[in-house]
Amino acid sequence: MTPRRIFISTLVALFALVPFVLPLRFVTPLTYIGLSVLVGIGLVVLTGVARMTSFGQAAFCGLAAYTTALLTTQYDWPAIAALPVSLIVTALVALILGLLTVRLAGHYLVLGTLVWAIGLFYLFGNIPGLGGFNGISGLPPISLLGVSIATPLDFYIVIWSLVAVSFLATTNLLDSRTGRAIRSLPTEIMAESFGVATGRLRIQVFLFAALLAGLSGWLHAHYIRIVNPSPFSVNASVDYLFMVVIGGVGQLGGALIGPMVFELVRTWLRETLPILFGRAGGYEVAVFGILVVVMLQNAGGGLMSFISRWLPTAQPLRAPDHAEALPRRAPPPQGEKLLSALDISKNFGGLAAVQNVSFDLRAGEILALIGPNGAGKSTIFNLLTGLLPLASGEIHFADRRTDTLPPRTIASLGMSRTFQHVVTQPKMSVLENVALGAHLRGNSGFLAATTRLDRAEEQRLLFEAQSQLRRVGIDDCATLPAGSLALGQQRLLEIARALSADPKLLLLDEPAAGLRFAEKQRLAGLLRQLRAEGLSILLVEHDMDFVMSLVDRVVVVDFGVKIAEGTPTEVRKDPRVIEAYLGGIDDDAPLRARSAAGAKS
Amino acid sequence: MNSTIGLLLLQDGLTTGFIYALLALSILLVFLVTRVLWVPAGDFLVFGALTLALLQQGQVPGTVWLCGALGLTTAIVESWRAWRSGIWQDWPLVVGISLGTPLLVGGAVLLWASSKPALPVQILLTLALIVPMGFMLYRVAFKPLADKSILTLMFVAIAVHYALVGLGLVFFGSEGYRTQPFIPGRIDAGFTRISWQLTLVVATSAIVMTVLWLFMGRTLWGQALRAAAVNRFGARLVGIRTETAGGLAFTLAALIGAFSGILIGPVTTLFYDSGFLIALKGFVGTVIAGMASFPLAVLGAIVVGIVESFSSFYASAFKEAIVFALLIPFLLWRSAVEPRSHETHEHDE
Repeated sequence: MTPRRIFISTLVALFALVPFVLPLRFVTPLTYIGLSVLVGIGLVVLTGVARMTSFGQAAFCGLAAYTTALLTTQYDWPAIAALPVSLIVTALVALILGLLTVRLAGHYLVLGTLVWAIGLFYLFGNIPGLGGFNGISGLPPISLLGVSIATPLDFYIVIWSLVAVSFLATTNLLDSRTGRAIRSLPTEIMAESFGVATGRLRIQVFLFAALLAGLSGWLHAHYIRIVNPSPFSVNASVDYLFMVVIGGVGQLGGALIGPMVFELVRTWLRETLPILFGRAGGYEVAVFGILVVVMLQNAGGGLMSFISRWLPTAQPLRAPDHAEALPRRAPPPQGEKLLSALDISKNFGGLAAVQNVSFDLRAGEILALIGPNGAGKSTIFNLLTGLLPLASGEIHFADRRTDTLPPRTIASLGMSRTFQHVVTQPKMSVLENVALGAHLRGNSGFLAATTRLDRAEEQRLLFEAQSQLRRVGIDDCATLPAGSLALGQQRLLEIARALSADPKLLLLDEPAAGLRFAEKQRLAGLLRQLRAEGLSILLVEHDMDFVMSLVDRVVVVDFGVKIAEGTPTEVRKDPRVIEAYLGGIDDDAPLRARSAAGAKS
Repeated sequence: MNSTIGLLLLQDGLTTGFIYALLALSILLVFLVTRVLWVPAGDFLVFGALTLALLQQGQVPGTVWLCGALGLTTAIVESWRAWRSGIWQDWPLVVGISLGTPLLVGGAVLLWASSKPALPVQILLTLALIVPMGFMLYRVAFKPLADKSILTLMFVAIAVHYALVGLGLVFFGSEGYRTQPFIPGRIDAGFTRISWQLTLVVATSAIVMTVLWLFMGRTLWGQALRAAAVNRFGARLVGIRTETAGGLAFTLAALIGAFSGILIGPVTTLFYDSGFLIALKGFVGTVIAGMASFPLAVLGAIVVGIVESFSSFYASAFKEAIVFALLIPFLLWRSAVEPRSHETHEHDE
């Protein structure tokens, strides 16, 4: 057994012992803490991992609580039968909120959930039949297969068992194909470039968090046998957020430690502050407000950033030695037209960034797109990968017209890319970063991930990632966090990630930028080797020495116009290329135009 | 409904709508310049109203102690930060404002409060106490996190709001306050009787908006703010200090907030925690405007005020739900016209 397993088992054993050792006055607050931990787990995934947030978690609890209250008191449903309905109602509302805001920037989800939560609070209090602000009382206890769950002790056991199950399921989720995609959501363009349907995934994550809140609300309702609006107000949602911020929003442990510390401090403050101020009141919010500000300024990772130093770390994720290889696409016949740009143009306002550029790339060649700063290379790159819409023209890739397709569909056709400014998940291991590249070659989702039914596929994905790391020569770094690599290695990581997608075409955005001479030579060697293996490569690059010795053909652009095309030798002699790079005799006009072109980047 | 009631509801709606519009302006200003969702906008409104109400009663408002506590904290924290970093450039100004405001203005209030000075003096004292608090809050809570993600900044804003609400309870207590109307009664306009309050609110809001517009468009300071709003990095490159812009934005937001509080004071009874719902309606206005356009935010907030006024007449229990339901069509519309701006590379910690 690893130290971490021993630690976790001890923790579980301690929690299991509590009700038999401690008196009831300790068990009851711990039961409430368990309810908060359930909500907190969802918030850690939503806020800490996917970097979205919600002020509606307490309202989701309330929605489930009121649903089960209505069904069990008005229609005499058994509590357990009301659970799925409560969860479905919660999920439906979360789905609607998600759909309304998912296409918008992050703060719209915040405001959307905030106003929804306030609106719902007033609805709870005012809709006839919900008992007004006094609520609905007389909810039945839970009975499952003849076993009645009614006493505080029963609830302690049930709630903390569910906490343990949720912890396990969420740990599994984060350590999976879907988990890697969730962790890549903050870098949305990168995620989309490897086929992650970010909008859909955001909604799924939001639903996941809402369902955990709904479960907590259902338990809460049957635990205290009464529902009223006050525990489901926006203030309660904010309490949940404060709990995970204090605990540490980036790690699952934060969802456990946060509610405990929060409740402990709150109880203490509620006893102390009124004595201090000489009158009763909710003064503790001020202390929590200040505490959270201090926390965010000094320890963004919350209490967990201190605690996790003392805890045994998890074994690093390693790829298996053997696994069945993933299926590969049939490579396109060598020399066939793989990518063509036909008369493509793009304007930014009045600035014509790309004007009527056409070129082809044939399977098995390395084509370089070069040009001075501000020539439009990056714009062309973004047009090819689908990040920007064309103003006019057409792009064809692998016998499909692609200029109307979103980046992830283009990726699924076999186009993989790297980024000019390296985009990795710095805290995720190199292996996992590369495995994200193979996202489209797997298909297991949330359910398979949480239940570990995805293991066979997961082994194949990791094995693929490890082989690509070996291919680019950094397989000995597989277990390190990506952020700890040097720039040259991070660029190789990006190439390995792109290769994991089994591309027909590799698009490299200034792969040599910032590399030292030896690193450049190694990179050139790697690209030659990839070409020898039949891969086609399009490369946008500044570094003429690097390009000229490596590529088969060159397309030169300047001021958004193609000025030359041909082999490196031909292009090097072209007077227009020489003028573009070294400057002609009458420099004034182009200089002015170039400064305008440069302003956009 | 008859037209008399309709016109009265419209007047009420316009009165609160203009207040929401002012808050929407402060929210948008702070968001564009610093990316902070200015949740405490409503707290400043409450502070403005409660301070004036207490001054009118000849009492010393709790704001004096609040300002003192915040000022002292800011002075200590800023001195510590300056000592740690060795950068003393801003220190004299910041500590001067942080300690000077409670000492001078607070002292003046302590001396004069019981003698009930004239209304303009009361208003001036109220503003002089509250406005520097916006600046102090920026320095103490937001400036060190200026480069963090929108999400982190939003957590800070929420936390600051809760801190202010809690402190509001400490310093003002849980009683509600309402100020005396500046000019009571209504003017007979023939077809309806327009309340003086509405006239006053509309006129002064219009003045505030015009001044803000002139400030932003015509002064160097205003242009620096706009530059910081368009591109913080670019602004820094051309020599605009983003922390100066941030401090200015927060000061202006505090001014607008306190001023709206003074305006709304006679209209409704306010409690220490009333600010949040009011600010949220300002937020609805800014969301309607896509968090980008000042005139649209004003318009959106006025619509919110009118809808609220009519729904409080027809379905008063559901008025909050109805107002917030307004957001739904606008969110749909914004989703259609302005898809997600890609927020890549937003790492922190």
